[in-house]
Amino acid sequence: MALKKDYEDIPGTFVFDADRGREGYQLNQFCISLRLQKNRDTFGENEEAYLDGYKMTDEQRQAVLDRDWNRLLELGGNIYYTSKLAANDGINFQQLAGLMTGMGNDAYRAMMVAGGRSPEGNRYQSEWDDKEGDA
Amino acid sequence: MARITAGVGCSHVPAIGVAMDQGITEQPYWEPVFEGFEKSREWMKEQKADVVFLVYNDHCTVFDASCIPTFALGCGPEFAPADEGWGPRPVPVVKNHQVLASHIAQSLVLDEFDITVMNEMEVDHGLTVPMSVMFGDKTVDDEWPCLVIPLCVNVVQYPPPTGNRCYNLGKAIRRAVESFDEDLNVVIFGTGGMSHQLQYKRAGLINKEWDEQFLNRLTSDPVALSQTPHVEYLREAGSEGVEMVMWHVMRGALDDEVEEVHRHYHVPASNTAVGHIILENVKDQGMAK
Ligand SMILES: [Fe+2]
Repeated sequence: MALKKDYEDIPGTFVFDADRGREGYQLNQFCISLRLQKNRDTFGENEEAYLDGYKMTDEQRQAVLDRDWNRLLELGGNIYYTSKLAANDGINFQQLAGLMTGMGNDAYRAMMVAGGRSPEGNRYQSEWDDKEGDA
Repeated sequence: MARITAGVGCSHVPAIGVAMDQGITEQPYWEPVFEGFEKSREWMKEQKADVVFLVYNDHCTVFDASCIPTFALGCGPEFAPADEGWGPRPVPVVKNHQVLASHIAQSLVLDEFDITVMNEMEVDHGLTVPMSVMFGDKTVDDEWPCLVIPLCVNVVQYPPPTGNRCYNLGKAIRRAVESFDEDLNVVIFGTGGMSHQLQYKRAGLINKEWDEQFLNRLTSDPVALSQTPHVEYLREAGSEGVEMVMWHVMRGALDDEVEEVHRHYHVPASNTAVGHIILENVKDQGMAK
């Protein structure tokens, strides 16, 4: 019997479960390799050649090269791993959130200083669908 | 005999460590974050803890995806701060009480908690940030004032252990500590949280009401609180808010009757709600002083 994924209806969120862990394995292993300076140096010299060391899908590889942060998550990446690629580029967690939400750094930071994103209207995908319907 | 006398719940936001390392804690953005830990540092000194048992998670720093232990106990002699992509934090190496750690490792497995034994391990901000906020600024040449036994919990790949499992693990840790002959005062830390989401389009979620009920019920209603389903953390407290399951390990290791002696809550530190609480076993109060 399939496991019930009662968390799939949370909007704007990927829950990094065992299925995603399987799909993203090579991508995430690449990302964590950038934790070490010697690997960051090698990656910096020739990104394509460095990526040849990881058997990720063409889509995952392209998302890395494009620094398409949301696409990386859609393809099985996890934020703690992709943040290592971001760190390599000099991007911290808050700046990365500014990029992923499409808000930009200043607006995102201002939202956080004002108390963060409210849970109201942000608990269920249906609430986001309604908003899009209105727009 | 060794005893667990008090518990600390504490966020471990990496940016808090960065702020301390860069000496910018008095800036207006950070000042209210650190103000709430002033009393905690006094309290920590008064405890004269011999050992901190520190429950935290690794953030894909030391553990890559090749091996994901649900509970990993630090049993090696010491744990160096890890490079998380920006160079290691300039804080002291953490020293273990290795004899107690191996005693706990053996006790837990016989008590049916099949933990992973780590004889070599570095530690990331999940462990070093709580140490810094509770003990204050230290350089690499200093020493932490007490020994530390790290327990690393998987909260990255879903599912983390249930709150119930964590709460009961806390009870097993307590049994293990109390069956150790040396007279030791042990303080247990449960770290992580509070509400935060770091990823994708809902990043930035903060739920102050939910966090506050969590802090309230930690004292008054811990057993029911430990039954909170994972999906509630994910939905209400953000995908990374599920880290809070680790606080149940701390609570489970304390007496049923505890007193909240300090609380601090502030939004934001970077993407995260900072939550902090100190709980003392009522019957142990004053014993360490
Ligand atoms: Fe964490």
